[in-house]
Amino acid sequence: MTGAVSVGRVGPFDRLGRYLTQVAAVADAEVVKLRHDPIELVSRAVQPVLWLLLFGQVMGRVRGFSAGGRYIDFLAPGVLAQSVLFVAIFYGLSAIWERDLGVLHRYLVSPAPRSALVIGKALASSVRGLSQSLVIYVCAALANVALSFDLAHVLGVIAFIVLASALFSTFSLIVACIVKTRERFMGIGQFLTMPIFFASNAIYPISIMPGWLRMISRANPLSYEVDGLRSLMLSGGVNQFGLTTDYLTLVAATVVLIIIATRMYPRLTQ
Amino acid sequence: MIVEVQELTRRFGPLVAVDRVSLQIAAGETFALIGPNGAGKSTLMKMLTTMLPPSSGRAVVAGYDVARQPQQVRAHIGYVPQLLSADGDLTGYENMLLSARLYLISGRERAAKIAQALDMMGLTAAKDRLVKTYSGGMARRLEIAQSTLHRPAVLFMDEPTVGLDPRGRRAVWDHVKTLKAEIGAAVVFSTHYMDEAEAVCDRVALINGGRLVALGTPEELRSAQGPEATLDDVFAALTGARIVQGEAAA
Repeated sequence: MTGAVSVGRVGPFDRLGRYLTQVAAVADAEVVKLRHDPIELVSRAVQPVLWLLLFGQVMGRVRGFSAGGRYIDFLAPGVLAQSVLFVAIFYGLSAIWERDLGVLHRYLVSPAPRSALVIGKALASSVRGLSQSLVIYVCAALANVALSFDLAHVLGVIAFIVLASALFSTFSLIVACIVKTRERFMGIGQFLTMPIFFASNAIYPISIMPGWLRMISRANPLSYEVDGLRSLMLSGGVNQFGLTTDYLTLVAATVVLIIIATRMYPRLTQ
Repeated sequence: MIVEVQELTRRFGPLVAVDRVSLQIAAGETFALIGPNGAGKSTLMKMLTTMLPPSSGRAVVAGYDVARQPQQVRAHIGYVPQLLSADGDLTGYENMLLSARLYLISGRERAAKIAQALDMMGLTAAKDRLVKTYSGGMARRLEIAQSTLHRPAVLFMDEPTVGLDPRGRRAVWDHVKTLKAEIGAAVVFSTHYMDEAEAVCDRVALINGGRLVALGTPEELRSAQGPEATLDDVFAALTGARIVQGEAAA
């Protein structure tokens, strides 16, 4: 007789526990890999440093760009959001890579529900996003950004980074399931990041945009992430949409994307 | 019967990759799917392991329908795909831990079961090395250990020894034999190494162009073609094609 796992007839509490075990297994494997090879985190920090130290210093001299206040303070949350976006948006590429290697089969042939795999991968991306954020906080402190280290604010920033990483990495996973090959993904990845970034409030306020771009920007999840971060990352920071709106918008978008990705993920191996 | 397949078919556009295949595999049996590249072996196996939905027909594995209860099927099978599915950037132990958690081996039993499985596959000494430093045969054995930690009723292996040297191949099969004695699972594998199929399996299915062309014990199939015949001769007599296409079958 075999002692295989039974997946039916268990209480809801056990069921949740099992589900979380499987989610954690996927996320944890990713964290362990990051620990084996932390160089990647450092190399990814170069770009945001350039934004903060070069772009920020120069553009800070342009008047009217930052809706009052210092431009570097305005820019820092935008750079944080941007670098998390850039890490997450290429997540689909690693899914395709895992498919090409065969590793994806290991996950898909397990009894873990597909949604647990997708959420596990999303959380793995969140861990990357958080470690990236740490680097940016250090850079921002060096650039004399008025950071807030109030505990509630820091926890709020963590929540936003976790959500936004999950959101954009799941979006990326969906794109990967559609295009299916590395070559096509590379082309599309570049094509996606720039519009998401520039059609947002990351480096300039929505108020100075032309009307049509303002509408796009209001529909862009990145704007809500940046807006939330502006009030949490800085001491005395203000936001435009309200924290609750920011947070709920990101939660809703993430849930919708996870549902879509759950349906599409198994097709990557077919 | 641990595997029951009726008229199973898979089309990709106009191409019929698997064409109305019917067969049954008994619990504990070792069963080989033999055929040239592109015969439909992998597609058939992907359907039996729920990795690909059938276009028509029906398959029941370990008592569950592959189309309607895929999650139940997955809980009761192990699958070693043709490509390397162990993660090269993790150590052998970390790969095992990942599988143990995905298969919901309880936290109390995890360490002991992983240690036992690594030992059975002869990988205890290498457990803390990154899998990308493993030889092909070691990686395959690790994948087998990962796929059987939950004691599945059927272990599916797609070309498990392709690309391995003779020593690596022998080690894989020796370990599979030990494992089978331990957990009693049926083993279903595809191969185009004839000698391997004859040496290890109870029955073979010859597949060509998506169709099942012959099914039986190696002796039964050979005896129809005369005393000196090999399985390759049997295949040639039935289809007019050779399975081993210029590749050394040694």
